[in-house]
Amino acid sequence: MKLDSKIPEGPLAEKWARHKFGLKLVNPANKRKYDIIVVGTGLAGASAAASLAELGYNVKALTFHDSARRAHSIAAQGGINAAKNYQNDGDSVFRLFYDTIKGGDYRAREGNVYRLAEVSVNIIDQCVAQGVPFAREYGGLLANRSFGGAQVSRTFYARGQTGQQLLLGAYSALSRQVTTGKVKMLTRTELLDIVVEGGKARGIVTRNLITGKIESHSAHAVLLCTGGYGNVFYLSTNAMNSNVTAAWRAHKHGALFANPCFTQIHPTCIPVKGDYQSKLTLMSESLRNDGRVWVPKTKEDAEKIRKGQLKPTDLKEEDRDYFLERRYPSFGNLVPRDVASRNAKYVCDEGRGVSKTGLAVYLDFADAIKRDGRKTIEAKYGNLFEMYEKIVDDNPYETPMMIYPAVHYTMGGLWVDYNLMTSIPGLYALGEANFSDHGANRLGASALMQGLADGYFVIPYTVGDYLATIGPADKLPVDAPAFKEAEQRVTDQIQRLLSIKGTKPVDEFHRQLGLIMWDYCGMSRNAEGLKKAKKMIQDLKAEFWSNVRIMGENEEMNQSLEGAGRVADFIELGALMVDDALNREESCGGHFREEHQTEDGEALRDDANFAYVAAWEYQGENQPETLHKEILEFENVKLTQRSYK
Amino acid sequence: MKINLKVWRQKNNNTPGKLVEYQLDNISPDMSFLEMFDVLNGELTKKGEEIVAFDHDCREGICGSCSMYINGRAHGPQTGATTCQLHMRSFNDGDTIVVEPWRARAFPVIKDLVVDRSAFDRVIQAGGYVSVNTGSARDANEILIPRTVADEAMDAAACIGCGACVAACKNASAMLFVSAKVSQLAILPQGKAESQQRAERMVAQMDAEGFGACSFTGACSVECPKSISLDHIARMNREYLGAKLTSDNVQG
Amino acid sequence: MAWVTQTLSSSLGRKVIMSLTGLFLSTFLIVHMAGNLQLFKADGGRAFNEYTYFMTHNPLIITVSYLLYTSILVHALMALVLTRHNSASRPVKYAYSKPEANSPWASRNMGILGTVLLVFIIIHMRTFWYEMHFGSVPMAEYDGKQYKDLYAVVKVAFAEWWYVLLYVLSMVAVGYHLAHGFQSGFQTLGVRHPKYTPIIETVGRYFFAFIIPAAFAAMPIYVFLQVHGIL
Repeated sequence: MKLDSKIPEGPLAEKWARHKFGLKLVNPANKRKYDIIVVGTGLAGASAAASLAELGYNVKALTFHDSARRAHSIAAQGGINAAKNYQNDGDSVFRLFYDTIKGGDYRAREGNVYRLAEVSVNIIDQCVAQGVPFAREYGGLLANRSFGGAQVSRTFYARGQTGQQLLLGAYSALSRQVTTGKVKMLTRTELLDIVVEGGKARGIVTRNLITGKIESHSAHAVLLCTGGYGNVFYLSTNAMNSNVTAAWRAHKHGALFANPCFTQIHPTCIPVKGDYQSKLTLMSESLRNDGRVWVPKTKEDAEKIRKGQLKPTDLKEEDRDYFLERRYPSFGNLVPRDVASRNAKYVCDEGRGVSKTGLAVYLDFADAIKRDGRKTIEAKYGNLFEMYEKIVDDNPYETPMMIYPAVHYTMGGLWVDYNLMTSIPGLYALGEANFSDHGANRLGASALMQGLADGYFVIPYTVGDYLATIGPADKLPVDAPAFKEAEQRVTDQIQRLLSIKGTKPVDEFHRQLGLIMWDYCGMSRNAEGLKKAKKMIQDLKAEFWSNVRIMGENEEMNQSLEGAGRVADFIELGALMVDDALNREESCGGHFREEHQTEDGEALRDDANFAYVAAWEYQGENQPETLHKEILEFENVKLTQRSYK
Repeated sequence: MKINLKVWRQKNNNTPGKLVEYQLDNISPDMSFLEMFDVLNGELTKKGEEIVAFDHDCREGICGSCSMYINGRAHGPQTGATTCQLHMRSFNDGDTIVVEPWRARAFPVIKDLVVDRSAFDRVIQAGGYVSVNTGSARDANEILIPRTVADEAMDAAACIGCGACVAACKNASAMLFVSAKVSQLAILPQGKAESQQRAERMVAQMDAEGFGACSFTGACSVECPKSISLDHIARMNREYLGAKLTSDNVQG
Repeated sequence: MAWVTQTLSSSLGRKVIMSLTGLFLSTFLIVHMAGNLQLFKADGGRAFNEYTYFMTHNPLIITVSYLLYTSILVHALMALVLTRHNSASRPVKYAYSKPEANSPWASRNMGILGTVLLVFIIIHMRTFWYEMHFGSVPMAEYDGKQYKDLYAVVKVAFAEWWYVLLYVLSMVAVGYHLAHGFQSGFQTLGVRHPKYTPIIETVGRYFFAFIIPAAFAAMPIYVFLQVHGIL
């Protein structure tokens, strides 16, 4: 298989315009002859479904939630980047492009990222027109704030609920198309298989989560907008039901999976409290602007704190280790996410972590409060402090906050070309579900930008090119053998799961998988650990398929059955992530291989050998996957080693 | 902590349900309410019983999925928070906690604590949008919106669509939900063009779904996880009456 | 005219009817109370009887009185319709509900309070209005002109302690009904403003929910005390 990224020729700034001109168009009267399935209704899915329906295509949109509005895009807090340069501070499309490429540690495509930066400005216009209540200045103009990894103020926001407001905007556009009849909305419907026939995606098979009914849906093109796979770690900031099933089942039909080991660990999350923990809560990155990160200098003090014999406020200044300020004097507490996360892990591994579990560091606002007064700090972070107090039952104005890194985003995903098409013709992946424009690390406020760029401004152009090529007649009826076989596969798998009747609930397997991934394929990885993890995952898979216990039946709402299917896919994905992490013998962005670091413990990239996208091809059950390399070419930026000292 | 639970169990919409008692012995006060349910479901599975079905997803109070009526209150005893943000430290050792689904004609029970809230989607589909196609927007800064106006619109837009307002209302009225959207788009200049027909259509759909009328008890706003104000209901009343009296729609 | 019927049969339209009739009835209370204050005049009922004569013979007042009867009927019937609709909106009730945690008692029990008031109004009208219009009321003569002596009927009625008690309790119900109803009526009409809503709330809470019912309740007590020679 040869990977063709279809990046257009020509100067960077003209690529997208030229490409758009070269794409085939579907005549307005013919658009109604094409059916498109959109799976998932987050930012990418809802925006794509609405935009395609506006163009005249027949869209079927589905979500496993009870409403399109509940997709996990809704939880994004911080904001959305756009190169508007409203602040007159030197921003430009090229600067946003450059920051994103550099932030991604030079593991993303120049062409894609430039396009992303280019359409970012249209996104803001579109959202404002929909009635998204972005923050404003007193005069009525849009307000901006700054975010990590950038030296300009280009982040648009709606309080701490930017994701919610953008999603509700896209959801309203989608709702409008449901009313016009151009979108058929299926809720509580989960994709369980993809139908590929004659080398093209033909449709999908779904399960109705209320009745258990297995159904086929046929279309000319299928768009997977199903989000990331951070829940492979069990504990993450993702929503409980976020899963990899759609992407993984596409992968099993031949869609390549790119850079699965690229996961982002967010440094400021509320630490784990106990075994019962189901989910981790993110605290905005902005806290690091005023908070100082520290742990006790000695293991002995840390132990006393863990046992409750010593309070953090009792510890003298000289007994504290402000480890980020010590190691990175110029950036201090504001080093990028991956660096901050890794260092927190190191000090906890040394036994200097705080909280009962020993897996937490302090984020201390005492100095900031002394300097600026409590009022100022309250104005800046009041709602975050409140949220923290609700969960932890501790007052961060008086005792330092405890934080620990948590899995937050996955840069890897289905491999797509410049048109967002996967390696299966007619099957597209949008938003976090594709391997995306973020390289090995995503900058803050860029996820929302990418999801909406893909849905509003890229797919409406590129999908037409494919549809015009195949023609309206090239579609299978749902009673075609290919659909019947897929339905059978799905039914067989469900029956197999239900018939195991083992002893262990689904969640326990998921938790175990998460621990393996976190310990060996998390913030830092080494060959030995990864090999060990590989073995453990294989054992877990065997145990899952012989000992999982699912009560109830298929023909009803059955949340354990839903969970079981998702965990089964996570286990297989986990194995691939480990393979990918083993293969990538370098450290870049969110992927840190302990074997590859500089003398003072920083990530060491190997551009000569690893400046490529690792795209994996499924080879069958328990078979090693085949690696395809898409070499990344950099013509407009110079590759440099990041330094924050 | 020891907790006695009385949980509504109902196999499906066609089968009558009942409260079933469970006892949990090892509950940590730091657990969230939903984590306590995870523990319950783990134990049920091990005992060979079907788990309690409940809606949940983000577990950080923004997706609006979770929907439990706990000890006689929507989302439990805490105000300004969803069920997933409620922690067991809000209860005492040995407490009995009654957990029921949202109850409303427009929210039929699907299973156990899961209800069908698609009525909300249909209300939004009736007009909770600005008719603007992708690509046809002008520059974002060409529309000036004073900060106070943007803030007020944001207060309304913060609604998470959980349905606590309906659950808490003695009439199962959806006025707070519907008005939050009507109001948000009535305040903003972008929504003005369609404000009359929006109010008319959304109210008509709200009625068609079988929600009750507003008695202005204020329960909705108190139980709303986002504390959305009753001001928006007044604004919707104004919008609706104004539309009915001045629009040229004589059909209804 | 489809829009009129559709508007008035919508949940909002019905509430508007409740609001308009309710607010009209509230203003009537002011007039009714002001007139009845004549009872406190120590003139053997003359001022009161002259006032009742005026009220039953002035063509404008007569017209308004029909509007009043209609309002009471419409308010009560619409309340019935709404209550049934609201109750049907939750066919399965909660096994355990704690509404006192989120809303005032009166706001949740307007139907019960209203029913009490309706019964009261029927008794009240049977005792006075019916007697005045169709019963045999003794006559009184002031300055050579004949007046129906309704004051005599009042004295007879309020000589009974239980009848006085009924009135006082009913006035408590009026107080609670208006404590919620008055401001709620404005909310339904969309009148809500940071400057004016507090004024409406104050007027509702103190004037309509307290002063008016208190003044009404004072009348039977006063008459009772007078009849029994205590005052």
